[in-house]
Order: sequence, then structure tokens, then C-alpha cells
Amino acid sequence: MPYSATPQPIDIPTLFEENIISPVIPTNNPQTVEGIALGKKLFFDPILSADNTQACASCHAPQNAFTDSTRFSIGIDGIAGNRNSMPLFNLAWNYDENFFWDGRVFSLEHQAIEPVTNPVEMHNTWEMVISRLQQSNEYPDLFQAAFGGVTITKELATKAMAQFERTLISANSKFDRFSLGQATLTTEEQNGLNVFMDETKGDCFHCHGNPNNPLWTDNIFHNNGLDATFTDLGLGEISGDPADNGKFKSPSLRNLAFTAPYMHDGRFNTLDEVINHYSEGLQDSPTIDPLMKKVDEGGVHLSPQDKSDLKAFLLSLSDPSFINNPDFQIP
Amino acid sequence: MKKIAALLTLITLAFSCSSDDDNQPNNVPQNVNATFNFSHNWDGISVTSTNFNTIQYINANGEEMSIEKLRHLISNVTFHKSNGETIVIDGYNLIDVTNDSGLVYAPDIDIPTGSYENVSFTFGFNNDDNYNNNYPDLNSASWNVPDMMGGGYHYMQLEGKFINDADVEIGYAYHTIRAVNMTNAPDLLFQDTFFTVDLGAVNVSNNISFNIEMNIAEWFKNPNQWNLNILNNMLMPNFDAQVMMYENGQNAFSLGSISQ
Repeated sequence: MPYSATPQPIDIPTLFEENIISPVIPTNNPQTVEGIALGKKLFFDPILSADNTQACASCHAPQNAFTDSTRFSIGIDGIAGNRNSMPLFNLAWNYDENFFWDGRVFSLEHQAIEPVTNPVEMHNTWEMVISRLQQSNEYPDLFQAAFGGVTITKELATKAMAQFERTLISANSKFDRFSLGQATLTTEEQNGLNVFMDETKGDCFHCHGNPNNPLWTDNIFHNNGLDATFTDLGLGEISGDPADNGKFKSPSLRNLAFTAPYMHDGRFNTLDEVINHYSEGLQDSPTIDPLMKKVDEGGVHLSPQDKSDLKAFLLSLSDPSFINNPDFQIP
Repeated sequence: MKKIAALLTLITLAFSCSSDDDNQPNNVPQNVNATFNFSHNWDGISVTSTNFNTIQYINANGEEMSIEKLRHLISNVTFHKSNGETIVIDGYNLIDVTNDSGLVYAPDIDIPTGSYENVSFTFGFNNDDNYNNNYPDLNSASWNVPDMMGGGYHYMQLEGKFINDADVEIGYAYHTIRAVNMTNAPDLLFQDTFFTVDLGAVNVSNNISFNIEMNIAEWFKNPNQWNLNILNNMLMPNFDAQVMMYENGQNAFSLGSISQ
């Protein structure tokens, strides 16, 4: 009999179960108690970085919905990257499995490989990481428990981290409870939802989901009119297709209360700045999304009341129980 | 994920099939599979995702335009017998040209061999299917229509850019839904904009493939010459625009060929 760890299927929230299709769980990496525990330990362990100073959690902290509060995260050598750290939650429902702002990696398992060797992040080698893990007092037994009598590899390490990351589920915001009939929206929040869903106003729903798609993202790549010319090509850098230049993944609008600054380059410090961008600040470019309206006027020019209400609605998508979940804190 | 079920509207169909079998040669199967292949063109010139993102089409109003996204939904494929019996494939298919998905619809259902006076499908959803079901796969594809507009689902999303009268390239979003007049919201007035596409008569003798074509140019042509300078965006809440889309869509689909 091959070794088999203890199954621990994902606990799918009712709202997700009722409204969207099942999460993506690779058949070769099922969720297990031991795998998740190992993945969590690795996620919070600076052993992955070259100088043992940075863990995944250094730039993906629980209190920030698993991003950080800086515009660009600083790697172990004191060098800043050029993208804002992405928050991590509901990753198993990224159906296309394209990860990072530019979608350059397919699958959560492969995503976890890259930051370890990235010279402006952990700047390590996987050979060094595996060597350290093998020599550790704890890790060989943890890998044994998670995957059986096998040699520690980067593939197994990232499988474990992917298992842990798939448990990072956020589905208990005020709006979630409203959708379940357990909470009431304020007048401002309700009007903000209407602004969000109104094609003549916010028209946010085409890219950022709706009450029937509680992920609040389409996980697709768009040019949302940030720049007239691009210093960062985004998806275009990966695909090589000029039609993709300036396109970045729509982030989820959950947990915005904890994830500032915003956009792929963290250029906006506040939600007000984000809303003002869509309302008055759109920049035209050849690949701007057709859903960006009245670009020649900078946007649809929401009223101050609509902006305020939209902000109130957006904040109702934040989930304090997620960032405070004891299962997600440093071991 | 697609809900598929055959609704045999007359119980006597089974007996009809038995009767038919008595007259069929031994090598003709009793039941076969039907496949529906969807292709798209601009007045006869093939359109696939590889043609997207480039201004290369000219609509009936003379506007140069591109396509960046095209998704549309069909439902309730129906086989009609001359005696009034119908076989309804109670399901739907989201055709996503942008991502090359849903271009082949192969419902898991047996179709009795024999002659049918018509095969049809619904563009979009009828009202029963549109409002009385929650479709997780369509929700996941963000295919919903806002509740403030009555809810339900889109029928089509066609997006791209065009050159306007000021010689500026701007976006358009030609989204079709059930027409809704929101003037007295929350009291909404609706007009149905789903429609039936008839493919014509067919004699089904073996596994059969229908090659269905959509001429995208028709959405801008007939009977309403579409002026993108005026109607380019925010069309979902535009009742009159939705009715015009419905009228233009009547001529968009055709049966290219059948193979079996």
C-alpha cells in the first residue's frame, strides 16, 4: 500500500457552494492534514531565504490579508521589486490557475517555486533550501508524514505550501452575511452596491464579480486605464502579444480594508484614490479595456455621494475573521 | 457542469421510435449523438480569436472596428417531428470565442434516428431558464445581469474598439440581455429578446454534426444600421438598444452544413 496522509478536504463556504463551481484541487496534490501543516510551517519559515531572514509571510502577512502594507516589498538584499505583493485568499477558485499580476505561472504549486530564487526576493537556490530542510531536526519527519518515505524536493515543498494556501479562504464579510440573510446593509452600502452594479456608473461587476460570484474578481487580465504609456507591460511581457500590453489580473475586492496600497504597482494609497481613478483619472492607450467608459473625459464622473457609498460597499467586502483566523497565524 | 436532460414531450415517442425501427435497415442505429459546432464570420470571412484586437472590420454604418471579446449563450436545442413531438435538450452552452471554449457543444443525449421537420435552439435563455435557475458555471464566468435590472444572465458580450467620427479609437461593449425599461425603477418593464434560431429539416440517420455560423456583421446591419458613435457603451440599461439588438440578431445565425 502506498503511503497515504490524512485527507482534509477544503471546507467550502456555503455561499461558494451555492453559487460558483468547485475549487481546483490537483489530483496529484490532495489536501491532507499533514501536508497543510507542513505547508504552513514552510510558509512562515525564513529558512527559505538565502540569509534566513525572510519567509513567505514577510510579504504576505495574515494581518494584511496575506499581502503587506508597502508599495513594493523589499527583498533580503534590500532591493525593492516593481510589483505590489498580491493578497492571498480563495486561490483554489482561480479556475484558469494563472498566478501573479501578469499570469506568468500556471498552478499554485509552480507559483511557490519562483519567489525562493527571485534575486529581489528570497535570493536563494532550491538546492540550498532542500539541503537545509534535510538537515533540519523537524522537516524530514514532517515531509515523511505528509508525503511518505520520500526524499525532500522542491516539488514536495511547494505542494505542501500550495495545500496551505488553498486553506486561506475568506467568505465571512458583512456582505457575505448579508447574502446569507444574516446581516443588513446600511443605506450607503446598498447604494454603493447599486453604483457597483450600474453599467452607467461604476460598472465594476463585469470584471469584479457580483453577489452571485462572491470571489469579487474574474481572475482575468485587463488594462484598466492606469497609464497612457507603459513602463510595465504586464501580461504582454509574458505573452509577447502587444495586445496584452498593460494588462494585469483583476484582484479580488475582498479585504480591501487590509490590503492597501492598491493596483499592481501599489500607486494608490487609499480607496478614495482608486475610485477617483475610475471616475476621473482614466488614461487612454491602445489596449485599454472596452469597458472603460468615457475615457476622453477621464471616466464617468461619479458624484461625491456615489463615491462615498461605493467605498462603503467595498469595505463591506472585508472579512476581519479571515485575518484573525488562528489557523492562519504564525505557528 | 451543464445541466442536460432530454424532455420527451409526448410519452408516445418511445412507441414511435419502435415503430420507426421496424422500417429501418439493420445498419441504421436507433439512437445517435448530435454535436453542434459554432463558427463565426464577418460577412463570410472567418473570425476566430486569432483575428481579435485588430481594427479590420467595417460595419454597415461604415465604422472601422475590432473585436476583443465575444461570448454568447444558446440553450434548449430542440428536435421537432412532423407529428408535433419534440425532443428538447434542456441545457445550455456558453460559446467563448475569446478563449476558444464552448465552440463544440456535444450534449450527452441520445437522439432517435428519423426525420425531423426542424431543429432549433434559443439564442440566450427563455424567461423560465433565465430567472428560475442559479447556474454556478455561468456565475463563475461573471455572466450575470444585475438584480437591479431584473437579474438573470447575459445572452451575448461583444466588445472591441472602433474609430469614431472624430477619428479617435474608442471602446464599445455590445452586450445583449432581456430588454428592461428602468424608468420607474424598482418597477421594471421587460421585453423578451431571446429568440429561436431555426436550422431547418434534417433526416437523422447516424451521429450528426451541425455546423452553425454566426455572421457578426449582422448584429450591426439589418434591420437597424447600427451607429457605434451613438450606441457604443452602457447598452444594458438601454431598452431601445436591446430591442434593436434583438431585431438584428434574427439574421445573425445560419446553418452552414450538416455531416453524419
